[in-house]
Amino acid sequence: MSILVNKNTRLLVQGITGNEGLFHTTHMVEYRTNVVAGVTPGKGGEWVLDGKVPVFDSVKIAVEATEANASVIFVPARFAADAMFEAADAGIPLIVCITEGVPVQDMMRVRNYLDQKKVRLVGPNCPGLLTPGEAKVGIIPGNIAIPGNVGVVSRSGTLTYEVLYAMKNLGMGATTCVGIGGDPVNGTNFIDVLDMFEHDAQTEKVIMIGEIGGTDEEKAAEFIASKMTKPVASFIAGQTAPPGKRMGHAGAIIEGGAGTAADKIAALEAAGVRVAKHPEEIPTLLK
Amino acid sequence: MKLHEYQSKQIFAKYGVPIPKGRVAATASEARQIAEELGGRVVIKSQVLVGGRGKAGGIKVAKDPAEAEKFATQILAMEIKGLPVRKVLVDEASAIEQEIYLGITNDRAAKKPVMMASAAGGVDIEEVAATTPEKIIKVHIDPLLGLRDYQARDIAASIDLPRENWREFGQIANGLWGAYKATDSTLAEINPLVINKNKKLVALDGKMLIDDNALMRHHDLAEMRDTDEEAPSETEARKYGLSFIKLDGNIGCMVNGAGLAMTSMDVIKLFGGEPANFLDIGGGAGADKVAAAMRIILSDPNVKAVLYNIFGGITRCDEVAKGILAAMEEVKPEVPMVVRLVGTNAEEGRALLADADMITADTLADAAQKAVAAAQSPGGKGA
Repeated sequence: MSILVNKNTRLLVQGITGNEGLFHTTHMVEYRTNVVAGVTPGKGGEWVLDGKVPVFDSVKIAVEATEANASVIFVPARFAADAMFEAADAGIPLIVCITEGVPVQDMMRVRNYLDQKKVRLVGPNCPGLLTPGEAKVGIIPGNIAIPGNVGVVSRSGTLTYEVLYAMKNLGMGATTCVGIGGDPVNGTNFIDVLDMFEHDAQTEKVIMIGEIGGTDEEKAAEFIASKMTKPVASFIAGQTAPPGKRMGHAGAIIEGGAGTAADKIAALEAAGVRVAKHPEEIPTLLK
Repeated sequence: MKLHEYQSKQIFAKYGVPIPKGRVAATASEARQIAEELGGRVVIKSQVLVGGRGKAGGIKVAKDPAEAEKFATQILAMEIKGLPVRKVLVDEASAIEQEIYLGITNDRAAKKPVMMASAAGGVDIEEVAATTPEKIIKVHIDPLLGLRDYQARDIAASIDLPRENWREFGQIANGLWGAYKATDSTLAEINPLVINKNKKLVALDGKMLIDDNALMRHHDLAEMRDTDEEAPSETEARKYGLSFIKLDGNIGCMVNGAGLAMTSMDVIKLFGGEPANFLDIGGGAGADKVAAAMRIILSDPNVKAVLYNIFGGITRCDEVAKGILAAMEEVKPEVPMVVRLVGTNAEEGRALLADADMITADTLADAAQKAVAAAQSPGGKGA
C-alpha cells in the first residue's frame, strides 16, 4: 500500500517536450512509472522517448485517448495556472505541479477553483511524489529511497532528499514521500497527507519536514495530537532565519512575529512529536 | 518587492483612488518649485522603504516654498534606519477630520485575499492588530469573483463611516482591489485614508508589496525597483538568479534548495557557528552560477570560512565542482572551504576537487562542525 500514486497510476506529463519535462519524464519512465501521455500544445501527434510516449495538443484529448488519471506539470511559471485549470477541466483527479515561481494570486484562483471541482493538487514548487519501487511522479531522485513503512511529507525539496538518504543509510524505507511544496498557497497541506498516512495500512510511522512561515505546522500539531495514533518525527528548517526576509521559498517568511521555528517546534513537541536537531537525526528518532 | 509611497499612490490614482496633488523631488530646489506650483502648505515626505519615517523626523509640514526647501534640504541629508534618503515627496497638506486604515493582503490560511479596515487609522496597524484586534474589520474576497459592492458597503458601515461617504468609499475599495489585482500585489495599503475638511476621502499614504514571482509579467513594475535600498550583494545575486540574503555571521554558505539552505544555516548555529548568508543556487545550477555565488560570498569581509552543501538531484555535483574550481582560480580565496557533495554525480565531483585545497565532509553535521572549527582557527588557510 501507499498513498496517492502507485503502479496503477496512469500518468500524463504537461510540458513533456520542454527541457525539464523531457529530462524528468526520462527518469520517471526509467523508474517504471506508467507514463501514458504527454501534452504540449502544437506538438500533438509527435512521440517522445523513442516512440514510447505519445504527445497530444490538449489534456482533454490525451485523457480521452489514454485514460490518464494523474498529471504532472513542468510548464514555465507564467503558464502553470492555465495548465492546472486545463487538467482540472479535463477531469484529472490528481494534479502534481512541479513548477517553481507561480504568482500567489494565480494560486489563490487555482486553489479556489479546484476546491469547487474536488480535484487534488500537490504543489506547486514541489519535488512531487515517490512511492519507492512503484511510481515516481516528479523529480525526487529514485535511487535515494527504498520501499518501507515510513510515510514522509515535506515542504522542502533537497532537504527531503537529505532525509530519504539518511533513512536509506539506516536501512529504513518509505511507503510514499510527498513533497507538498514551499509556496504560501498550495494544493495539499500537511493535515491532508497526515490523514492519508494515518489511514494507510502499510504506513507505520511518519516523518514531517516543515519550515518557517505560515501556521500549517501548528495546525498539523493539533491534528497529530487529536487524530493520529502513529508515531511522528519532525524537523523544522529556518531556526536561524531573520524575520521579514523571504528565505528562497515564497512561503518561508516570518511575518508579524508569526511562523517562527521556535513556535512550530514547541507546538509539535506539545503534541508528542519528536523533533530532531538536524535532519540526519530524524530517522534515528523512529528506530 | 517594495514600492515607494509615491509609486504606490500613482498606481492607486490610476485605479480611481483620490490622492493629494504632489510630485517627487530629488533636490531641495525641485522641492521648492513643486511647493510654489502647489501653493499653500505642503508636506515633505522622505521616500525610503522602511516604516517609522514620521518618528524619525522624515516627514515635515512646510508653510511656504522657502520652508519647503529648508525641510527638503534637511530630510535629503538624513539616513533613516540605515537607508539614505534620496527622494522626497512634496504633497499639498490636507486638513484632517478622521483617519481610516484600508488594506488588502493575502490570507494564506484562507487561500483568499482579505480586505482589512479600521476606524483607528494613521497609526501602526500591526499594533492595533496586536492590542485591539476587534477594531480591525476583515472581509475575505473570492479571488474568482472579486470584491463585491455589498462587501465594501458592509465594511463602510462596520467602521462607522458617515453615510454620505459610503459611495466614495465603495469606489476607493474597488480601486484598491483593482490595483492589487492588476499589479499582483501581496499588500496594497492606504494608511491613512482621511476624511478632509471638505468631507472628502483622500489617500494620504500608500504602500505596496509586489509578488516577486509575478514580476515576469509586469516589466513596468520591475523597473520601479529601487536597488539603492538593498545590499549590493543582493542586487548582484538577483542578476544571476541566485536567492541570497546577507546575514551577520562569518561562515559563508552555498547550498542547493531553500529548505536545505536554511537547514545548513541552522546546523552551523547548532554547532556554535554563525552563518554569514542564506544562499540557494537553485536547481540545476551550472558552473557559471556557482562561480558567481562564490564571488558574492567572498565579497563579504566577515567571511572566515565557506561551507558548500550540495545534494545533487537535478543539480549535478560535477557541474558544481567545476564552478568551484573556476571561481577559486579567479577569486583566489584565502579562507578555508568545507565541501560536501552527495547525490547525482557526487563521485565525479569529488574526484574533480581531490587536488583542490578543500576540507571534505560526508554528512551535513560533519560539514558544519568542520566549517565552525575552520572559521575559529586563526589566520585561516596557510596559517
